Formats: sequence, structure tokens, C-alpha cells
Amino acid sequence: MTSDTLVEISDLNFSYDARPILKGINMTMKRGQLIAIMGGSGSGKTTLLKLIGGEVIPSAGYVKFSDQVVHELDRDGLFEIRRKMGMLFQFGALFTDLSVFDNVAFQMREHTDLPESMIRDLVLMKLNAVGLRGAHHLMPAELSGGMARRVALARSIALDPMLMMFDEPFTGLDPISLSVIGSLIRRLTDTLGMTSIIVTHDVQESLSIVDYVYFVADGVIAAHGTPSEVRESVAPFVHQFVHGEVDGPVPFHYPAQSYPQDLNLEKTLV
Amino acid sequence: MFKQLASSISNIGSRAIDGIWRLGHAARFFLLVLLKSGTSFQRFGLVIRELYYVGVLSLIIIVVSGLFVGMVLGLQGYETLQKYGSESAVGTLVALSLVRELGPVVSALLFASRAGSAITAEIGLMKATEQLSAMGMMAVDPVSRVVAPRFWAGVISMPFLAAIFSVMGVFGGYLVTVMFIGVDVGSFWSQMQSNVDFRIDIINGFIKSCFFGVAVTAIAVFEGYDSPPTAEGVSGATTRTVVTSSLAILGLDFILTAFMFRGI
Repeated sequence: MTSDTLVEISDLNFSYDARPILKGINMTMKRGQLIAIMGGSGSGKTTLLKLIGGEVIPSAGYVKFSDQVVHELDRDGLFEIRRKMGMLFQFGALFTDLSVFDNVAFQMREHTDLPESMIRDLVLMKLNAVGLRGAHHLMPAELSGGMARRVALARSIALDPMLMMFDEPFTGLDPISLSVIGSLIRRLTDTLGMTSIIVTHDVQESLSIVDYVYFVADGVIAAHGTPSEVRESVAPFVHQFVHGEVDGPVPFHYPAQSYPQDLNLEKTLV
Repeated sequence: MFKQLASSISNIGSRAIDGIWRLGHAARFFLLVLLKSGTSFQRFGLVIRELYYVGVLSLIIIVVSGLFVGMVLGLQGYETLQKYGSESAVGTLVALSLVRELGPVVSALLFASRAGSAITAEIGLMKATEQLSAMGMMAVDPVSRVVAPRFWAGVISMPFLAAIFSVMGVFGGYLVTVMFIGVDVGSFWSQMQSNVDFRIDIINGFIKSCFFGVAVTAIAVFEGYDSPPTAEGVSGATTRTVVTSSLAILGLDFILTAFMFRGI
């Protein structure tokens, strides 16, 4: 019997050189859930996705995907589980030398022996799901930012992954493209029955679509809960983040010596 | 004073260590490319696609340069040889200079600046725009899928380009000396035929161009794959490709010539 949990993160630590990025992260992601990981820039959110995908190795703790410890797998084992994962990169990362059609067909051609006629049908179905069937002949350079991300979304679900990871899917999009991407993520998660993780700064859009939220700050989980719990939270960090307040537990000023001292005012005042 | 001296010595030391470390890294990468070349040969279509970008698109510069180099060789050779009354040997001079040296060397230098820089910039930009990471996350190895086909396309096209360069050069020399100056056509070709040896001259020139092809493309793919994922990083890597491969070509040429023609 398969367990209800798809991804389990236990006491996960990660450092770049000697600089700790993540310190003792614990998370559980159930099958079919849409989860948001939020936090300020540089809080280690993208690193967390890289650890789940096995791109980097933790300094302590582990990530389990489908009951397998990711960093203990050899190269073939890692590639085997990556076939069950999809990842949407921040700016799409479409292959610029391939057309939209070939981008979406890429994984099917690499990993399956499907005949070209079937690949054609599957690609058009995936593109139809993101509303871009008519754009299959275009090159990535001819697409707008929102369209490129939708194509990348179609490409990442090409082999119907069990886990989808979205790295900042809303960055730099106009309001229409933003809600299109948001609703697509929710709809695809439900219809394909996959587990999705969104790493994002966009509080309002993500709270309206996700099932569960984790806030990461300074490498630890500062808070977590369902969207309604998060909205009502009085915890200072969550309140500041959700309401976009300038100052709070996350200070406006970068650490510095005192302002009068920097302006040499103390000497003149004496 | 002592501190300054110590810091400059330690700077030199750390630069030397960095350089050696990078050389080792490049050598390991080269081996990795060779190990992961299986896909390139199983799916030769990938290499053929790159052959077009790397080889066919370099043809114009190779053909035109070859023609002009041959024409200049013809003019200069004639001017010198006629002083000794041996202007009929101009065909031999043009052909030997091209087949032994200028063909492989100049075409490799042109190839480094035309195709080597393009390979580095393409791989570097693919890295900067996360295309290589995306490929890795799709369980497709970027070294087998992106790097190895480009490497083999470069290695295969280089000898052909060098041969085309030499042929165009000989033709350019013929145009200038026979058609324009009026050297006897019979002696131009017959002297060339009797003095150019297939094994010593043509095969050795071919071997040289193979070495240059491996050197230029190995440097180009390594610099692209190793470039920092920023605009400055990619531009720096592209420059390094042209500079390093040009120096490598000239250095290798000396070593190969010493082995081939002096029997060291």
C-alpha cells in the first residue's frame, strides 16, 4: 500500500560553504495537496526545491520522496525519481533552439518510445490544457512572459508527474497572466491528482489557491497553517508578511552602525 | 614593505593554484564528455544538427579566407621565386604552405572565433537561463544531450574545413599566378604534383587539423559549461575560448610540426 505522504522533509540542514541556509526544516506533503512555501528573498525557498529534486545534497537531515531518501540515490536512481517530478523554473527555462511543440515533446521523445503521431496528440492535449494549442509552431523568443511560463507548465506536466514544483511562478506577470497561471496550477493539481509545491512571494494569489502554507524565514519554518489560519494569524512575522508591512520582525534597515554615527554627527554634537 | 611582498607572493601562489585546479577540472570534464558520448553516436541526428551550425555555417568564412590567403601566397611566392628564376615552383610553394601549415592553422583559428565562440556563448546562455538545470530536472543529462553532440560536431567538421581551406587556397594561388601573372599552367600543376607527398604532407596536415578540432571544441564546451551564469560571465567565457584556443592551436602546431617534420 502506498503511503499518504509523498514528500517528507526531516530535520533538513543545508549550508553554502560555511553559511547556513536552512536550519532544521520539517515538512510533510500529502498526495494531491497544493502547498505554498513563502518567505523573503534569500530565505532558502528555492534551495529547498533543489534539495527535493536532488540537485544539491543536504548537510544534515533528509528529504524522502515516495519513501526514498533523495540524496542517498545514485545517478540512475535520481533520474528515475526525477521522471516522476516536474519543475517550473522562474522564467520558464524553455529551450530556445526548439519550438513550443518540440519543447513540450522533449521529455516524451527522451524517455518514451511513443510513435510520433501519439506524441503529436499528447503535446496538443498538454498545450490545450494551458490554452496555447494555437501557439505550437512558435519559437520561445516569440512568446510573452506569461505565455512562455504556460508553455513551460505544459512541458513540465508532459509525463504526468506525481510532484510538481513551481519556482516563483507569478514573478513579473501582469494581473491577467497571474490569475491564469494561478488557476491553471490549481486546476492541473486537481485534475492530474498530483502534489504541487509553489515557492512564491505573492501572498494574495497563492493564499487563494493553496491548501497549506509554510513560511520560511532565516532558514527555519517561522509559521505554517491553512490559508484561513494564516490570514487570521497574529504572529508578528506572518502578519507583517501577509499584510506587506514595511517594518516588523523583518527589519527595513540592513544592519549598520547608528545613523548619527554614520553621518559623523556625534563628533559635531559634542 | 615585507607585508606587501608577502601578499603579492601569496597572490601569485593562489593564482597558480587556481590555474592548475581549473586545468584539472577541464581535464575531468573532457573525460566526462568522452564517457557520455554514447548518446551522440546512438542518435547521430543530434550531431548532424550541430554539424550544420558548427561546420556548414563556418563554410563562408573558410572559403573566402582560403581563397585570399592562397592569392596572397601566390603573389608573394612569385615575387620571391622569380628572383631566382624558379617561378614555376610557385605551385609547390602555395600547396605545401597550405597543406602543411596554413590550411590547418588558419582554418582552426577562424573556426575558434566563428564556431568556438558560438558554442561557448550558446552553452553559457543555456546555463544562465536555467535550461541546463531544467534538462537535468527532466532526468536528461545535459552533458550527453547538449555538450557531447557539439563536441563531436566540432571534431568532425574541423578536418573538412581545413581541407576546403587548402583547396580554395590552391585555387586562389592558381588564379593569381597562372591566370593573372601568366606562370605556365603545366609546370604549376606538375611541380605541385611531384613535390607534394600524400603521406608526409597531406596526412600530417589532416592529423594536425584533427588535433586542433579536439582542442578548440573541448575548450569551447568547457568554457561554456563552466561559465558563471551572468552576462559578464558568458562574455568572459567567450573571450577566453577565443584566446585560449588560439594559443592552444599555435602551441600544438609547434609541437606537432616538431614531431612530424623534424622526426624528434
